[in-house]
Amino acid sequence: MEILSTALKRCVLININGRIDSETAPHLQKALNALIDEGNYKLVLDLSKVDFISSAGLWVLVNAQKKCKRFNRGEVVLASISQRIHDALDLAGFIPYFKVFEDTAKAVGSF
Amino acid sequence: MRSIAFPGRFSSLSEIREFFARAAEEAALDEKSICEVELAVDEAASNIIDHAYEGEGKGDIECSCEIEPGRLEVIMRDHGKAFNPEKVKAPNTRNNPRRRKQRGLGLHFMKSLMDSVEFSFSSKNGNELRMVKIGKVLTDQEHTQQE
Repeated sequence: MEILSTALKRCVLININGRIDSETAPHLQKALNALIDEGNYKLVLDLSKVDFISSAGLWVLVNAQKKCKRFNRGEVVLASISQRIHDALDLAGFIPYFKVFEDTAKAVGSF
Repeated sequence: MRSIAFPGRFSSLSEIREFFARAAEEAALDEKSICEVELAVDEAASNIIDHAYEGEGKGDIECSCEIEPGRLEVIMRDHGKAFNPEKVKAPNTRNNPRRRKQRGLGLHFMKSLMDSVEFSFSSKNGNELRMVKIGKVLTDQEHTQQE
């Protein structure tokens, strides 16, 4: 899994490439925690190149959302998710917890 | 029936998913069903490492499958701690995730994605998990289109 973060004017865009399972989820958690600890609370996760996510990966997204939403200081939004990722989020009951945008431009523009 | 033993490590997850995805393809399951099998076996293998072996590198995950047109039976065995699914509380997926405990989602996925999920344990053979996926059987033409 590759993680590339780009600081934009109002948010940080994070492009993730690969699968998010129990092997790779800790790496993503670490990367997101580092961004949040640096004071970045408005995060756009571009999941267009994520071909697999398990419950371990979904909990990483939820944990990042918890931290970002604290004190109303920001939030994590999702962009370009495949049907497969949408189905996993839905099965976990996590869809209402995230704003989902069809592309990164709309997601970035939401901040 | 074919069988392969994978080391009980998270780095085996890709190979385990691939092993069963190929079997699902051979059973001529549709693409959605193949994706669902991959997610279910990933959750099962992760649970074996986390809960039966209580960590990585403690033992193997023996993976087998039985293939029929439109039907795949997944069999996963381990020699870790006995697993009793009745002790795992089902998550309330309607609750706000902030207030939910980070447990039970893997089993919920397995039960939701597969047509049947059965666990058994014996002191001799350890844990055995059997999951069946019944999918739409693709015609040759649909199979070509899916590829």
